[in-house]
Amino acid sequence: MTIVYVSRDSSALSLGAEQVSASIRAEAAKRNISVDLIRNGSRGLYWLEPLVEVVTDRGRIAYGPVGARDVPSLFEADFLQGGRHPVCLGPTDDIAYLKNQERLTFARVGITDPVSLDDYLAHEGYRGLRRALEMSPSAIVDEVTASGLRGRGGAAFPTGIKWRTVLNTASDTKYIVCNADEGDSGTFSDRMIMEGDPFVLIEGMTIAGLAVGATQGYIYLRVEYPHAHRALNQAIEAAYRSGYLGKDILGSGKCFDLEVRLGAGAYVCGEETSLLESLEGKRGLVRFKPPLPAIKGLFGRPTVINNVISLASVPIILDKGGEYYRDFGMGRSRGTLPIQLAGNIKYPGLIEKAFGVTLREILYDYGGGSATGRPIRAVQVGGPLGAYLPQSQFDTPLDYEAFSAIWAVLGHGGIVAFDDTVDMARMARYGMEFCAIESCGKCTPCRIGSTRGVEVIDKIIQGVDRESNLALLRDLSDTMLNGSLCALGGMTPYPVLSALTHFPEDFGISAAERAA
Amino acid sequence: MAEHEWDRERLLEIIRLNKDKPGALLPILHGIQDALGYIPPNSVPLIAEELNLSRAEVHGVISFYHYFRDAPPGKRTIYLCRAESCQAMGSEALETHAKRRLGIDYHETTSDGAFSLEPVYCLGNCACSPSIMVDKEVYGRVTAEAFDDIIENIQVNAK
Repeated sequence: MTIVYVSRDSSALSLGAEQVSASIRAEAAKRNISVDLIRNGSRGLYWLEPLVEVVTDRGRIAYGPVGARDVPSLFEADFLQGGRHPVCLGPTDDIAYLKNQERLTFARVGITDPVSLDDYLAHEGYRGLRRALEMSPSAIVDEVTASGLRGRGGAAFPTGIKWRTVLNTASDTKYIVCNADEGDSGTFSDRMIMEGDPFVLIEGMTIAGLAVGATQGYIYLRVEYPHAHRALNQAIEAAYRSGYLGKDILGSGKCFDLEVRLGAGAYVCGEETSLLESLEGKRGLVRFKPPLPAIKGLFGRPTVINNVISLASVPIILDKGGEYYRDFGMGRSRGTLPIQLAGNIKYPGLIEKAFGVTLREILYDYGGGSATGRPIRAVQVGGPLGAYLPQSQFDTPLDYEAFSAIWAVLGHGGIVAFDDTVDMARMARYGMEFCAIESCGKCTPCRIGSTRGVEVIDKIIQGVDRESNLALLRDLSDTMLNGSLCALGGMTPYPVLSALTHFPEDFGISAAERAA
Repeated sequence: MAEHEWDRERLLEIIRLNKDKPGALLPILHGIQDALGYIPPNSVPLIAEELNLSRAEVHGVISFYHYFRDAPPGKRTIYLCRAESCQAMGSEALETHAKRRLGIDYHETTSDGAFSLEPVYCLGNCACSPSIMVDKEVYGRVTAEAFDDIIENIQVNAK
């Protein structure tokens, strides 16, 4: 029976993958052909979704983008044998966008049936856990430390050091918490993992539990991800059924329980201490640090809290060794970064590359320039708290330190492109507005500063006392940067001031004034 | 709908199903909103009593989170993404169109009770911007025309 893949990824669904899938089933039934239709994750080539793949003796052949209306003609063209058709893309593995990537964390996404444990096992799944079960907790932590993995949520804190702290903190109860509150605009790698390979996250969390001596894990998932919620629950159920979760993992006597908890639409709950408050059933107010969550985290117990991608990178590190992972990357940024290319871009998608690739390569070699065909004027890297970069900075390599040297951040690896119709003063205003909407309200610089920030930028846009209001905006930004409790207030000045610095003309500042 | 018209027993069932979980309040609130479409303000004392919390604490949590609502929404809720990636692909024009087409602003419900409109800050569909979500269904690359088609399809199917 021919195997056909159509994605269940929510972006593919948002473009009609469900209708395509139904149409293939209907057409196959009509023609009395039996087809094994598998709903996979997305390959991350989003301009080609809905993508249909057929398994042939030449490997997988891709067709895309496929509309439900194209399906009868695909059958006419004998696509089940890899036949020619205007939307035929040839072997999926030969598509340059995919071929030129280094897919470690995303090795299985788009390839396997996300909720089939058998498929996971057939594609090197759970090899990391098997190895971890033979190691001491300390040796597991050493392996992660040796990989050089740094937190992929944005803060880039060394994962091994965080784990070591939890391991060394004595307590009868410890927790593993996965931060799946992926709220940054322009990011979707967590979602793709959870929808496209949920077992890798479950495996990573189980290994984390073994490493630090925690027996309970929570995935704090944003409510905006219903498809990820379903895939995670299906995978968790399958893992329990087969002894990969629960009381006696693979007969080792070790236990690990895992549960998904839903957020409720608060961006600030992506901040780790706010997330912990929310998990405890409270308002998501940011906590003072110290104490660190590694020492006093969820319910006051030592807690590993890591982003989805950090945890999903652990299985390959345990399977292939820390050194294997560390050999990718540059400087102190080791391994790979799943880059999410979005906004006004011709070929948006997921690009997992070793650190060191430049922004320009991503935007033009992969992205193909803007979707509108106009020049790319600005890109925001690292979500709504990330800086806007002008063309003159496009040669910056994706590396934590290189970005920090130009007063920018890599964050969670999201890149949003804007063409030359963008009004950067409005984007700066939006930065403040977003902070005002999402502030938890605990600290004054963020709660009040953001609202005053919107007002000041409005005055600048209207040309009211521009000089003094610009000075005020810089002063306010300084207060937010240095006086906020967490990154929400503390980093909102990044998009605001970078817009002002790189695109002063949008704020009504003339070339002559700039020169002065 | 009068506010007392929810089923006390059903609510208690949701609360008791979850109350022994650590950090039970959010799962309970989700359970109630999934069942009723909103969290009735006069259910707050009941939740508070069952969890041994003050009413203020329960109210505080409900009001903190954008997703929880204390009034019944329209039959379908449209979430329109306002975040940067969607802005880069024209979401502001889509927002203007949607508000005009529905005749409502954010946080409002159409007079026939069919649709509520809510802003959302990222649906993780940024490679297919601009995006909207209707209840739990995400739509990508939504033009004004596509928006109208989505609305009309829902209206036709509702008949």
